[in-house]
Amino acid sequence: MHRRLIPLAPAVLAALLVLPACGSDSSSGGGATTAAGGSAGSDGSSGAAAAPAAALTLLTYDAFTEPDALAQFTKDTGIAVKVAKSGDAGTLVNKAILTAGRPEGDVLWGVDNTLLSRAVDGKVFTPYQSSQLGQLAPDAVSLVPGHEVTPVDTGDVCLNVDKGWFADKGLRLPQTFEDLLDPAYKGLLVVQNPASSSPGLAFLLATVAHFGDPGYEQFWAKLRANDVSVVEDWDTAYYSSFTAGGGQGDRPIVVSYASSPPATIYYADEPKPTTPTTASVDATCFRQVEFAGVLRGTQHEAEAQRLVDFLVGADFQGELPLTNFVYPVREGVALPQLFTDFAPPVAHPLTLSPADIAAHRDQWISTWTQTVLR
Amino acid sequence: MVLAAIPLAFLAIFFAWPVAAIIGRGLSVRGIREVLTDPGLRSVAWFTLWQAALSTALTVAIGLLPAYVLARYRFAGRSLVLALVTVPFVLPTVVVGAAFLALLPASLDQTVWAILIAHVYFNLAVVIRTVGTLWGQLDPRVEEAARTLGASPRQVMLRVTLPLLRPALLAAASITFLFTFTSFGIIRILGGPRHPTIEVEVWRLTTQAFELRAAAALAFLQLVAVTGLMLWWSNVQSRQAVTLRLRPRGTATPPRTARQRALVASTVAGLVAIVVIPLGRLVAGSLRDGDGLGLSAWRGLGAAPGRGPASRPVADPLAAVGTSLRFAVLATVVAVVIGGSAAVAIAASRRGGSLLDAGLMLPLGTSAVTVGFGLLITMDRRPLDLRGSWVLIPIAHAVVAVPFVVRAVLPTLRSIDPRLRDAASTLGASPARVWLEIDLPFLRRALVAGAGFAFAISLGEFGATSFLTRVGNETMPIAIARLLGRPSPANLAQSYALATVLMVLTLVVILAVDRLRGDAVGF
Amino acid sequence: MLEVDGVTVRFGDRVVLDEIGLAVGAGEVVGLLGPSGSGKSTLLRVIAGLLVPDRGRVAWDGDNLRTVPTHRRRFGLVFQDHQLFPHRDVAGNVGFGLSVAGRPQAEIRRRVTELLDLVGLPGFERRGVASLSGGEAQRVALARALAPSPRLLLLDEPLGALDRELHDRLALDLRRLLKEVGIAGLHVTHDPEEADAVADRVVSLEQLGR
Repeated sequence: MHRRLIPLAPAVLAALLVLPACGSDSSSGGGATTAAGGSAGSDGSSGAAAAPAAALTLLTYDAFTEPDALAQFTKDTGIAVKVAKSGDAGTLVNKAILTAGRPEGDVLWGVDNTLLSRAVDGKVFTPYQSSQLGQLAPDAVSLVPGHEVTPVDTGDVCLNVDKGWFADKGLRLPQTFEDLLDPAYKGLLVVQNPASSSPGLAFLLATVAHFGDPGYEQFWAKLRANDVSVVEDWDTAYYSSFTAGGGQGDRPIVVSYASSPPATIYYADEPKPTTPTTASVDATCFRQVEFAGVLRGTQHEAEAQRLVDFLVGADFQGELPLTNFVYPVREGVALPQLFTDFAPPVAHPLTLSPADIAAHRDQWISTWTQTVLR
Repeated sequence: MVLAAIPLAFLAIFFAWPVAAIIGRGLSVRGIREVLTDPGLRSVAWFTLWQAALSTALTVAIGLLPAYVLARYRFAGRSLVLALVTVPFVLPTVVVGAAFLALLPASLDQTVWAILIAHVYFNLAVVIRTVGTLWGQLDPRVEEAARTLGASPRQVMLRVTLPLLRPALLAAASITFLFTFTSFGIIRILGGPRHPTIEVEVWRLTTQAFELRAAAALAFLQLVAVTGLMLWWSNVQSRQAVTLRLRPRGTATPPRTARQRALVASTVAGLVAIVVIPLGRLVAGSLRDGDGLGLSAWRGLGAAPGRGPASRPVADPLAAVGTSLRFAVLATVVAVVIGGSAAVAIAASRRGGSLLDAGLMLPLGTSAVTVGFGLLITMDRRPLDLRGSWVLIPIAHAVVAVPFVVRAVLPTLRSIDPRLRDAASTLGASPARVWLEIDLPFLRRALVAGAGFAFAISLGEFGATSFLTRVGNETMPIAIARLLGRPSPANLAQSYALATVLMVLTLVVILAVDRLRGDAVGF
Repeated sequence: MLEVDGVTVRFGDRVVLDEIGLAVGAGEVVGLLGPSGSGKSTLLRVIAGLLVPDRGRVAWDGDNLRTVPTHRRRFGLVFQDHQLFPHRDVAGNVGFGLSVAGRPQAEIRRRVTELLDLVGLPGFERRGVASLSGGEAQRVALARALAPSPRLLLLDEPLGALDRELHDRLALDLRRLLKEVGIAGLHVTHDPEEADAVADRVVSLEQLGR
């Protein structure tokens, strides 16, 4: 067997170098894409006038779920869209910065307000002023005066509580940040490490917005004394620590999203419950805005812009709540019943300006780490 | 040496260049200075070092007895036990980590103990296979001679056996140290945010905080430390290499006395129990159906991903299986060729050999983020426009697997009596013929062991793959991670089902490879 | 003196040794003849304690050695292919038995020199095992076995691997050595001339069993 391996070696190496020229991505079976082929960012395309059936690659994070409406875009324009997922939001943006000018895709979905400045400074995008901007929520649009990106959805990171657990124990549900310091709630809260988790960071920013800097430090010191649990990411917090997550948890208060309660119904097995066992705590909500943009260096700028327009169009926006559990940024789009019943939009969420976040984020995280973890 | 050029070229293109590129992006003297003087980072570095050292020591110590039993005794089910023990090593920590976490008592949550225990669990196979291979080939009569000279069993072990096993012990220790030093999933899942290691910090600085200067400095320092360590180890190894008279077919015999039988039974039982419990939890998790047990997760595996809101097409499990297998085959072929030629080149030359040896180990000591991101910014123009290509994934797997092939082959290669080669030469055999007739029979066993390792590693590789994956070529670990990251309990059960498939596949592959080596006797 | 009585060893269905009995008196060198594969080595291993027989007993001066492990029997064993420790030099090999017994360094050094002189290899202390010729290695093996003053020396075809001239010379040396030390010995070989040259009396394995 091995005698034949040795002459094989140069053949293998040669093959390895030749193979890529035979075409890049192989769509081998399934995957949640709508069409085949097309390698974004390669030098293969002819440049100027793209061939009729062009294809776009949409870069996004792992947790993204494509609404069915995306297929409509291909039907309307003849442009195929491939969704390429890579990592979480932070990884996604950082990869984009590293490859700025030679992007892996054409459109990026998933940079949020906490990462916006970083992406803009990294010259990741080609500015595009969508014709649809007038239909979108003004305070979202105003976050991007230079139009490097277009807002596509909003969401709120809030505390979620397990109503059932609190009812059993006869405890009042916490309503505010300050409530969390109550000795009665000792050892009931689990949060995520803001250094490595997007909702974790959002919650930290919420406390900064609410208590101010340096007020938030004191708050966290007291939270630590009240036995707050810290885990690395949202999955661990929600599914392992949260009592209403997978059943094994021991903490009935978790940092999650305003849209998590209706999600528990949506993803439940049949027969589905009529009300969720969890609720979000509005006073603790921090507004996240997500953006999408055309990547600088794409070979299909015109098509990419059409895609961006589609992403903020009524059809796509309407499907966002039940696919990705976020709120449409387009005004006048009806929310599904599940949302209006159990997750109506938060009236006054906490916010911080992207510039503020960019300037102090690292310092806040490092102070938090000192206060809570060391 | 022409032979050395092959692994060198491979390493240069697919590792050295990308890593240099990404580190070069952020590297600066100032950055290094900042990292070295930052007390937080210094304590992180110190923690990384001592937890790796302790994990290594524990793993080697605990693995010796199973290595001995499996090497020296033949019994029914031996290959199965050996294969079973190797499974945890291969499975990605994202898969087993959750099961492991659920099994540990709550008091160990987010503690160093949890990390140490998990490290031993995942790396035991390295010790058992590496040390066991050589142990099985040692002539037991050397130990018998010691016994007739009055050495008690303990003295035989300390004064004769362990010194003779030294090459394999060092090999196993070096791999285990490397893995525990750059451990990522275990640190995060079991240690939580309170025990970061250098690897975790590099990941965080690169993917979350995007502080390339600090990340580059840290990655660079890690690389330097690992390189130094590997060079030192490699030197020690080649200097101490002693020509052994090996029995290539192994020396296993069935246990004869009641005491031997008891030893074998208790060791095997303990080993299997330890290995199987977390894996069993995975299988059990796949049988959850609502509140009771059921096979819905399994039935769902085969179903084509549907459209529409009710069925979340998160991942296509069956396609993932096929993808994983294809990648593994390619990765193994590449790894065996590169690793085999490297091992020969290393054994043949003293000084240069140590350098090549250390160089090949470097990928194990470099964080997956660094390599992954490095590939991202280098493989983006012709003739190596591989950035979007699926080929990069098996190549990345091969890069990680090559040191294993080398480690599996090198101790045996170094222990072959040169007089055998001389004998063949004087009989008229050319150097190539000598290699084929003398080295290869001894190596055949080790090469196949290395190939088995490489295949298994490719199946379960997660770190580098996760940075290189594109839609349509998810491997099983990626698919499992995707399923684990979604809300529904159905997805959770399905992820466990896929994990079980991965487990069984790994088991079958390892069993097949072990059988392929010919004759049941031997490790 | 050594007493072997009714020793039977089976490997699977094959009966290798069948009710073997023999005796070796104090200071006596007994030669044991038998063709290759007849179980001679197996018998030596049983006597040394390396193999537990299916039946029979091995006794020294009347004491049954069933419960005595190899390392306490004080029976030296010289293998056909010397089995020297590759990771130790000649002195390290020869002094091994004394070292595990915890003897002081000075004593070990003295004894090693003494024995190397005895086997005709003076000054070989620092030599590496791999650099020895066949005859030299066998002599080192002999010295090693004799160093801890065993009560009985078992020799498993010790001259089998050597060339004719060396063989003859060493056979005489061996006899002289054993007599000089005054030790009891059981010398196993397939060569009747060798047996005659070394031993006081020669028996054949066939005669000893059933």
